[in-house]
Amino acid sequence: MSQLSIQDLRVSIAEQEIIRGLSLRVPKGEVHALMGPNGSGKSTLAKVLAGHPDYNVTAGKVEMDGENIMELEPDERARKGLFLAFQYPSEIPGVSIANFLRAAVQARLPEGEELEATEYYAKLYEKMDLLEMDRSFTSRSVNEGFSGGEKKRNEILQLAMLQPKYAVLDETDSGLDIDALKVVAHGVNSMRGPDIGILVITHYQRLLEYIVPDHVHVMVQGRIRRSGGKELALELEEKGYESYEAAEELGEPAVA
Amino acid sequence: MTKEPSALEIERNIGNFAYPETHTHDAGVGLTEKTIHYISDIKEDPDWVRQFRLKGYETFLSKPMPTHWASKDLEAIVFDNIRYYLSAGTQPKRSWEEVPEDVKRTFERLGIPEQERKFLAGVEAQFDSEAVYSNIKKAVGEQGVIFVGSTEGLKHHPEIFRKWFGKVIPIGDNKFSALNSAVFSGGSFIYVPPGVKVKHPLQAYFRINAENFGQFERTLIIADEGSEVTYMEGCTAPKFNTATLHSAVVELVALKGAKIQYITVQNWSANVFNLVTKRGLAHEDAEVKWIDCNIGSRLTMKYPGVVMKGRRARGEVLSIALASDGQHQDTGAKMVHAADETTSNIISKSISIGEGRATYRGLVQIPKHLKNCKNNTECDALLINSTSRTDTYPAITVRGTGNSVQHEASVSQVSAEQIFYMQQRGLTEAQAMSLSVNGFVNDLVRQFPMEYSVELKRLIELEMEGSVG
Repeated sequence: MSQLSIQDLRVSIAEQEIIRGLSLRVPKGEVHALMGPNGSGKSTLAKVLAGHPDYNVTAGKVEMDGENIMELEPDERARKGLFLAFQYPSEIPGVSIANFLRAAVQARLPEGEELEATEYYAKLYEKMDLLEMDRSFTSRSVNEGFSGGEKKRNEILQLAMLQPKYAVLDETDSGLDIDALKVVAHGVNSMRGPDIGILVITHYQRLLEYIVPDHVHVMVQGRIRRSGGKELALELEEKGYESYEAAEELGEPAVA
Repeated sequence: MTKEPSALEIERNIGNFAYPETHTHDAGVGLTEKTIHYISDIKEDPDWVRQFRLKGYETFLSKPMPTHWASKDLEAIVFDNIRYYLSAGTQPKRSWEEVPEDVKRTFERLGIPEQERKFLAGVEAQFDSEAVYSNIKKAVGEQGVIFVGSTEGLKHHPEIFRKWFGKVIPIGDNKFSALNSAVFSGGSFIYVPPGVKVKHPLQAYFRINAENFGQFERTLIIADEGSEVTYMEGCTAPKFNTATLHSAVVELVALKGAKIQYITVQNWSANVFNLVTKRGLAHEDAEVKWIDCNIGSRLTMKYPGVVMKGRRARGEVLSIALASDGQHQDTGAKMVHAADETTSNIISKSISIGEGRATYRGLVQIPKHLKNCKNNTECDALLINSTSRTDTYPAITVRGTGNSVQHEASVSQVSAEQIFYMQQRGLTEAQAMSLSVNGFVNDLVRQFPMEYSVELKRLIELEMEGSVG
């Protein structure tokens, strides 16, 4: 039961069906990669899992450790242990990273309990060191004027601080140079363990050289077309997604 | 605006330091010449003050309402239904049970001490801060600083008081300054001798009493050459009041090289028309800075101004306005450059929530014959809902060469994506909203005294809780 489980999920936006009967299980302790071409619905899936209000879930359900989370508000899902590293994180002008994260950590404490400031900063600095971030970073406004790499690093910092049960990383590699990619991957790898299930969404195989997945899934036009081990990522790198897309066009069954 | 006879729930005159005895006087409803004489008699005004009031009354009658440019909502004020002067003992006390729940809740959240709550809610006529006030008064008194009520000021320090009273803001400046001139009571008089730098901010709060929370306060602050003083008016706690018109006049005079900083946090209850005239006069090398924060009231019209009369004088207005449902915050600034090398700075931030409306009106004047004057104006508006409204009316008149003006304005909206992002980190929608809003005003709030900025933050949280379904 310790898993993030997606069953026969169907999602539409403005009458158009984007996710068309998708099932996927990410047990705790594992890292799964979800790969697919642009427009396959990967990012939609990430947002739907987090509870984005723009999408209309028409069928299926998502369970976290056996509990259906589809009726929960985004913040309730988050507090229950679901984390989404955004592909395009929002800017929050005037709110420092330190204050933002502090509010987020505080939100997870039982009512009436106050966050211990020294403890919080000790943990924050530890995670920042891990991600090779300068201390001065915390006084900057959240994502405001950040480079692509800084934004992604900030997402991973939040992941490390909030220690979710399940993390979805949406295109975390986009906009990263190789050095930043290594740092981010190092951050994610340091979190791997029996207490967290991670779903890495990516278009390219490159990230998976550094965050080696236990399983790889190929998503095309709103469905998982194939699942396999880490070698599947390499195969995709060579052959591309064309064969899957062609099969989808013809309405043929998934490539074996 | 139908019945107003029980308009003033807070007792007006008890605790006035000039008149510590309890009075039982009521000028009745409506305003006539008789009312003016009644007030003057009771307050034992010197004759020049009585004449000043009468002139104010005349001017008030002769001036039209400014509805040709301002909100039509002003027409809702029924001058005949207002009590213009009321002293202690003329009305039954409100009981704590009668205080509305939301007001109680706000006190709770702000952590206002019990005794203060009762005063603020109009249950108690006086908040017992006499001891604190005496200490402050004694401390600054040793430096020769005069810090008293305006009534005491005009009686005991006429030589300084008369010189400046009504000079920065003449009676006929506008209809409401005329009204205030006719019926004023309460407010502070401060004089800081040359070279004296008052370390701690002087707060009206220290001498909190019914009259200070009155409708027609009159404050005059004079900072003599090279002196410095900070004054804080009001507090962030909501002032519960069924009186519907508040019309204060505040005059500041900064003599050569002096600095005055005047901080206001206005949180009148949502039925109050708050029509206030505030202006400072900055002499050579002097500085007048207004920090103005408007949260409460039904309609606020307030444009703190600085007349930079001497060379190198500086004027500054930093303002924050929060307009919720049913509120219109019509605020801004006036900067009148009247000497060479004068500089002014205006930063205004407004937040409109629900159907709230925030208006910025700015006036900047730099006449042709002046050299090397500078103005910087920034006004930023944040809209929370699609029904929220903001307007900007900048009037900038700059003539001549060698003067520079910079004006920036922005309107932004809290985006759904931003809220979603914060919710994904575990914050509720209301928490996310208030964090956004706090972020928006953060750089301004940082310039506020500590206790104000903390309370302001909490107030924004409260407003946001109310705004999210």
